[in-house]
Amino acid sequence: MSRRISVVENILEANERIAAQNQLVLDDAGVLAVNLMASPGAGKTSLIERTLDELRHQLSIAVIDGDIATNIDADRAAAAGAQAVQINTGGECHLDAVMLQQALEQLELGSINLLIVENVGNLICPANFQLGTHLNILIASTPEGDDKPYKYPGMYRGVDALVINKVDLLPYIDFDMSYFQRGVEALNPGLTAFPMSCKTGEGVDGWLEWLRVQLAGVSGPH
Amino acid sequence: MHELMITESLLEIALRYAEKEEATKITDLFLVVGELSSVVDDSVGFYWDFICNGSIAEGASLHFKRIPAELACLDCGYRFSPQENITCDLCDSTRIKIMAGKEFYLESIEITQDESKPDDAFNNASHSKIEQGSLGD
Repeated sequence: MSRRISVVENILEANERIAAQNQLVLDDAGVLAVNLMASPGAGKTSLIERTLDELRHQLSIAVIDGDIATNIDADRAAAAGAQAVQINTGGECHLDAVMLQQALEQLELGSINLLIVENVGNLICPANFQLGTHLNILIASTPEGDDKPYKYPGMYRGVDALVINKVDLLPYIDFDMSYFQRGVEALNPGLTAFPMSCKTGEGVDGWLEWLRVQLAGVSGPH
Repeated sequence: MHELMITESLLEIALRYAEKEEATKITDLFLVVGELSSVVDDSVGFYWDFICNGSIAEGASLHFKRIPAELACLDCGYRFSPQENITCDLCDSTRIKIMAGKEFYLESIEITQDESKPDDAFNNASHSKIEQGSLGD
């Protein structure tokens, strides 16, 4: 006979369970993990290079790079002085908790303070897949346009901080900062934002200072 | 293309509940998909045909209940769609809350259970006949 069974289960539950396990593993090792998300070309790898340049003498930093293909980003992170693991997603548009779990196994977590995860360049999907990282950071870049919060609201809603990169280009492009910020405010009230240029170094200090404060809040075996 | 992983999760959940009920077949899955969940129904349907093969859910139909996104202004109470704007067009406020549209879950499944006992072959035969008839509806 035929029967209807009530389920009411979140379809992403399996991913979220593994994300929670990842966070436990990171917490046990005393590692702060940040997930960098942005559209392709916004400056994820450039921000990582800047961050490594400034912090690698004080901290042990690892980078996990997610891309559809190639090791270009992990090579850049390794050249800048990090333990680096590349994940090639083979077409998947975002990293998920299982991919991070596998990448974590390749790192010596006990010797790391800060883990930077570079998500696949995409302004839609990564927002829906928790990884287990402690902080989600979105990098917007000014040449993408000031309408991005309005067009990709999901991405702006879930993040803990916003980097506004390539502000050195503002004199050359039509980017209305107040229109942009108004959209951000509607999606994520009071969101901490860091206008900067990874190229000139302008504004990078504010980001580093914030990161240091977040790191100071981590308790662990270190 | 994250619908492949989503479709695998969907099957896993449906099989888990079906097994608890000792189902012999899953015939229908009823999903609730909010407009803000960034899941493409057609894409899930495309993968489903491959993923369900060889399981008791083979050939099961997917039914999508789509929930439109709705935002509400916390200052004036105006309700609107994110297609219109993400800030309030009425009072210009940026204090906005999502009221609906983030849903993404499997609400229920339709299963068939084989209640026949080994010594009840006649009933079993007529039972499956009825089942076949009802599947064609």
